[in-house]
Amino acid sequence: MLIKSIFGGKSEMTEASSKKCPVVLMTRIRLARNLSDTPFPGWAKAPQRKGVLETCLPAVASLTQMKRGITAEVEELSDLEKQILVERHLISRELSGSPEKAGVVISKDQSVSVMINEEDHLRIQVIKSGYRFKQAWNSVNGIDSSLEDELDYAFSSQIGFLTACPTNVGTGMRASAMMHLPALVISSQMEKVVRAVNQLGIAVRGLFGEGSDASGSIFQISNQTTLGESEQEIIKRLSSVLRTIIDQEMNAREKILEKDPNKLFDKIGRAYGILQNSHLLTSSECMNLASLVRFGVDLEMFPEKTRNIVDRMFIECQPGHIQHHAGKAIDSNERDAFRSQYLRNQFESIDKPVFTIQED
Amino acid sequence: MAKPLKCDLCDESATVHLTQIVNNQIHKIDLCESCAEQKGITDPNGYSLADLLVKPGQEAEEPLEVTAGGLVCDECGYTQREFKKTGRLGCESCYATFANLLSPALAGMHKGERHKGKVPARAVERKTYEDRLNSLEGDLQLAIEEEHYEDAARVRDEILDLKKSTKPEESE
Repeated sequence: MLIKSIFGGKSEMTEASSKKCPVVLMTRIRLARNLSDTPFPGWAKAPQRKGVLETCLPAVASLTQMKRGITAEVEELSDLEKQILVERHLISRELSGSPEKAGVVISKDQSVSVMINEEDHLRIQVIKSGYRFKQAWNSVNGIDSSLEDELDYAFSSQIGFLTACPTNVGTGMRASAMMHLPALVISSQMEKVVRAVNQLGIAVRGLFGEGSDASGSIFQISNQTTLGESEQEIIKRLSSVLRTIIDQEMNAREKILEKDPNKLFDKIGRAYGILQNSHLLTSSECMNLASLVRFGVDLEMFPEKTRNIVDRMFIECQPGHIQHHAGKAIDSNERDAFRSQYLRNQFESIDKPVFTIQED
Repeated sequence: MAKPLKCDLCDESATVHLTQIVNNQIHKIDLCESCAEQKGITDPNGYSLADLLVKPGQEAEEPLEVTAGGLVCDECGYTQREFKKTGRLGCESCYATFANLLSPALAGMHKGERHKGKVPARAVERKTYEDRLNSLEGDLQLAIEEEHYEDAARVRDEILDLKKSTKPEESE
């Protein structure tokens, strides 16, 4: 039942960005909050965790933003459901592996999710498609303030919101942008970018957060520091770094087209061929093909409507989603076959790419 | 062959071995690749787990207590050892318990040491209210004990006023 309602609605991730800002797929802000007078989830005893869940779950579920949303205890969810929620960025891997008395509330439009008893008592997250920190902040800030009416937060006037891990203390805020950077990857400049950005207190991770790889040339770029600056200052600093990265990506794109267009056309043309004809596709290959087609859409080699298909691919070709579409648990070989079939159907009606460079 | 070392944070086999010598004390940490990455140890510009505990240059203050003392949080029973192992804290009071360890570490991992962001209006209001109430109740107790009944009556009225007016409701 849960899964059905998740698939019924559109997700900010799968209905991602428009041509206006092709690089930033989505924006996300999460706040870490804890209740006063209760140990943090990782150290709390079972009855305390239970108490936190029983206090927080109804408080969160009754928010107007959560009207007709989904409320669940993690224990009630099947493995497949948890996997799908992780693939949609609605819960973390940590929460999905959580022993007991953890919960999640997800808004109907899937743009808001609040995890309970993850690393902190509350993790409030807002996802917006495209490059929209301002809206994301307004939304998450509003939810936080409403919750604070009901709940007593652990807060110190000296060091701000108190979190289980000192790396989150202060604002408790992690703001991140999911960026598609194919040209920086193709021209092997990503390492340089990561190094430069790290020095500015900004972290770069793969699509699925800490420890995940960067298949599909998608990177999550977020603030690393949470204390000593206001939320607005952090977002401003992050945004200026993001703008620099966007410029770098655009420059790299121009350079590739100038220097060796055939190399790029070859990659994109082959990606199209594989998506129309393959019979076995792993999720990682699928991500890389989607990335190339998306690059092609940005270069107007494919019609704009193709963008939505590839943005969905990034999520819906993940193993959990494939099993859901298949209607049963299937092993990885079967998944690869199922995935390729799904994509052959999707790409059947997509015209072949136009190999001319559009000058702006 | 020696048994492969296990990661200090999870049960994976450890491939990253970090050794720091601070004040002639050897600190060794064995981590698997993913934990090491999480803690920023493989990243030369990141801060390491060891930095969290002992920051070079700052450790001279109370090195013996830091390495041998083994602080314990009065509120939740969290130990320094546990903190060292996970890099996380047990409860809000741990921030006070481990303040000496934390403050140099916070300075290293953040842009400053003071919170400049959002202040949760209710929490602060509630706290002010409770502090004021506690202090008045103390005054009242004292006045009664010392048989200053006029003062007691005045304080009692103040308490009633406070409860009526500042009961955490809409401010502004």
